[in-house]
Amino acid sequence: MTPFLPPEWLPVVFAGLMALSILLYVVLDGFDLGVGILLPRMQAEADRDRMIAAIGPFWDANETWLVLGVGLLLVAFPAAHGLILTELYLAVAVMLVGLTLRGVAFEFRAKAQDLRQKRRWDHAFVAGSLVSALSQGWMLGRYVLGFAEGWAATGFAAMAAVGLAIAYAFIGAAWLIWRTEGELQRAAIGWARAAIWPMGIGILLVSAVTPLVSPRIFERWFAFPEVFLLAPLPIVTAALLLGIASLLRHMPLPNDALRRVPFWGAVALFALFFAGLAWSFFPYVVPERLTIWQSASAPESLSLILAGAIFVLPVILAYTVLAWRIFGGKARDLTYY
Amino acid sequence: MDALILARIQFAANISFHILFPTITIALGWVLLFFKLRFNATGDEKWMEAYRFWVKVFALSFALGVVSGITMSFQFGTNWPGFMERVGNIAGPLLAYEVLTAFFLEATFLGIMLFGWKRVPGWVHTGATFLVAFGTTMSAFWILVLNSWMHTPQGFEMRDGVAHATDWFAIVFNPSMPYRLAHMLMASALTVAFLLAGMSAWRWLRGDRAPSVMAVLRTGVVMAAVGAPTQLLLGDMHGLNTLEHQPAKVAAMEGNWETRGHVPLLLFAIPDEAARGNRFEIGIPSGASLILRHSAAGEVPGLNDFRGEHPPVAPVFYAFRVMVGTGMLMIAFGLGGAVLLWRRGSLPRFVMWGLVAMTFSGWVATLAGWYVTEIGRQPWLVTGVLTTAQAAGPVPAASIGATLAMYLVLYALLLVAYVGTLYRLAAKGRMAPDAAPGLKGVPA
Repeated sequence: MTPFLPPEWLPVVFAGLMALSILLYVVLDGFDLGVGILLPRMQAEADRDRMIAAIGPFWDANETWLVLGVGLLLVAFPAAHGLILTELYLAVAVMLVGLTLRGVAFEFRAKAQDLRQKRRWDHAFVAGSLVSALSQGWMLGRYVLGFAEGWAATGFAAMAAVGLAIAYAFIGAAWLIWRTEGELQRAAIGWARAAIWPMGIGILLVSAVTPLVSPRIFERWFAFPEVFLLAPLPIVTAALLLGIASLLRHMPLPNDALRRVPFWGAVALFALFFAGLAWSFFPYVVPERLTIWQSASAPESLSLILAGAIFVLPVILAYTVLAWRIFGGKARDLTYY
Repeated sequence: MDALILARIQFAANISFHILFPTITIALGWVLLFFKLRFNATGDEKWMEAYRFWVKVFALSFALGVVSGITMSFQFGTNWPGFMERVGNIAGPLLAYEVLTAFFLEATFLGIMLFGWKRVPGWVHTGATFLVAFGTTMSAFWILVLNSWMHTPQGFEMRDGVAHATDWFAIVFNPSMPYRLAHMLMASALTVAFLLAGMSAWRWLRGDRAPSVMAVLRTGVVMAAVGAPTQLLLGDMHGLNTLEHQPAKVAAMEGNWETRGHVPLLLFAIPDEAARGNRFEIGIPSGASLILRHSAAGEVPGLNDFRGEHPPVAPVFYAFRVMVGTGMLMIAFGLGGAVLLWRRGSLPRFVMWGLVAMTFSGWVATLAGWYVTEIGRQPWLVTGVLTTAQAAGPVPAASIGATLAMYLVLYALLLVAYVGTLYRLAAKGRMAPDAAPGLKGVPA
């Protein structure tokens, strides 16, 4: 297939697609994993079933964005894929075990023969969600520091791991505020209140460390006039954090008003944080080592994928919206019929 | 052990575990659509009951397929970085099209298929069932295109040691693709046929006389009666195609060392690669020549023509016999069961027990078949382009070993839980159509 874009643009387009997939994954599976992390906060069976019901129809499709993100890294930037996954080999393996446990526990817990066995799969579900979140945060921390070794880097990765798990718990709680009612919703409001400031500190930490360890990134953010153009990013982030925190203090509102706001606010926070990272690292796909142009596949193959993606992605988005409409509103009991 | 062997064992363990579940979901999706359409047409509640029971099996199998598939998408890169570096320009678009046209489709509509029954009109639910079945089949199509290309690559040129596509039509419709795809889809149909028949027979033997049990049993037996003989034919055509393109693999399958005519069809032997010959041969004279060349004197290639570049003989030889032996049993049960059902409308108890024993026979045959074809391609990863050793990565053996142990423990546990859950669902049968007592309203 003949490239229909200038060949030097293809890696940029694919970097954008990959970033979009990863962001969508982090937001979408983020709330699933967050609900998983929060599950043990409720003891009553009905509450737990309702929490699972709030994510049941979505998690599978949500997880597919990870396959697309990693798939795009694999097919568009094979050299970077090899490098990154070699560096993160053990963390990836641990995450995969976590995702496996989480994914199958959905099914097994529903088919358990008694409460004891169901509780055992609940444990697997919680452990799987938590391990997945922690290992993803760990990978983020290692990536941001360019896979540096040493105590400081390991400590930073550990903090990023905890930070991302808290962020997932926050967006999970925000999802539950939207999708549940009554006592469960009030509990979710409490969890969101507890998680928002630790998450804010995590955002601040990673955002502050990134430019400090790399002069190139420092230059990117604090050179003139970029510093003024970029100033809205941290300002909007801070305003969002303050706004959501103050809203949470007053929730639940009469008539369940503004129930969607914490979730979409969390999405905006994730997106802003992600945009900041993207601005820091572009055009590197492996920080300070490999740019997207150095690691890209042949233009003909990328063009072929792009042609398919342009046609198929809108269709995917359309039926995703359809599924969200069908399962819109408050979560109800899930049954097969 | 060295890192290469560990990486191969790890990948083999993962892909073997993974393939068990798509093998079920590919055909089971279409069977569910069949149940749904029968219900729509007849209004007979037994078809809906069959749907409700088997959709649970589908959901469980699908979840296991998804999570092990995600692991695979990472292991392509972690275990075989050389694969994408050398042939990524061809493998990449094929994998990308699998994700774009199949994964999102099946994952999204699965939610509607499982939980949307009361929320959407009947036709939307039927449509969702169709799209899930279609998605699983699309996924099989793309991955078998890629796998077949690795066996019989064409439509590319090498530039600076990297494969570049020159003809996508030739890549997709490479010589072994139609045979491998048909063989695999039929393998899925047979696996599901015996799963349906075996689990239903077990329910029947335990005294569950719900109309849906016999309806599903009949569906499974008829599928087996039609599918198993057809599979013999497809397998034969696939074998002839392999003879043309990968003669060393066929030589290993037949355990034939010297190129010659009148090659026997070996029923049993112990291949000895050090002595370059077989021990304890029992065979049908000229059988292999007849099957492969349609003449007793027909010349069959021998392993000694491919010294140093043929696959390990014993695993290919044995796996092939396990596959064919299981296939023969399937033909016997399929045809015998269909005749009995047709003549007397029911099956004798011992045949029911036989079907129970055959419940997972499709897994045995499918795994054995994949071992024949994949080990049979060695030492190549992509025939003539890239060896498996060249594709291996720099990850130290200790890391691979540790994660391998972790995966093995996990897979063993999940397999036990899966089979246990299937039998428990079958035991509950129609007595508790929804969920266990006290678990009402659980996402099933």
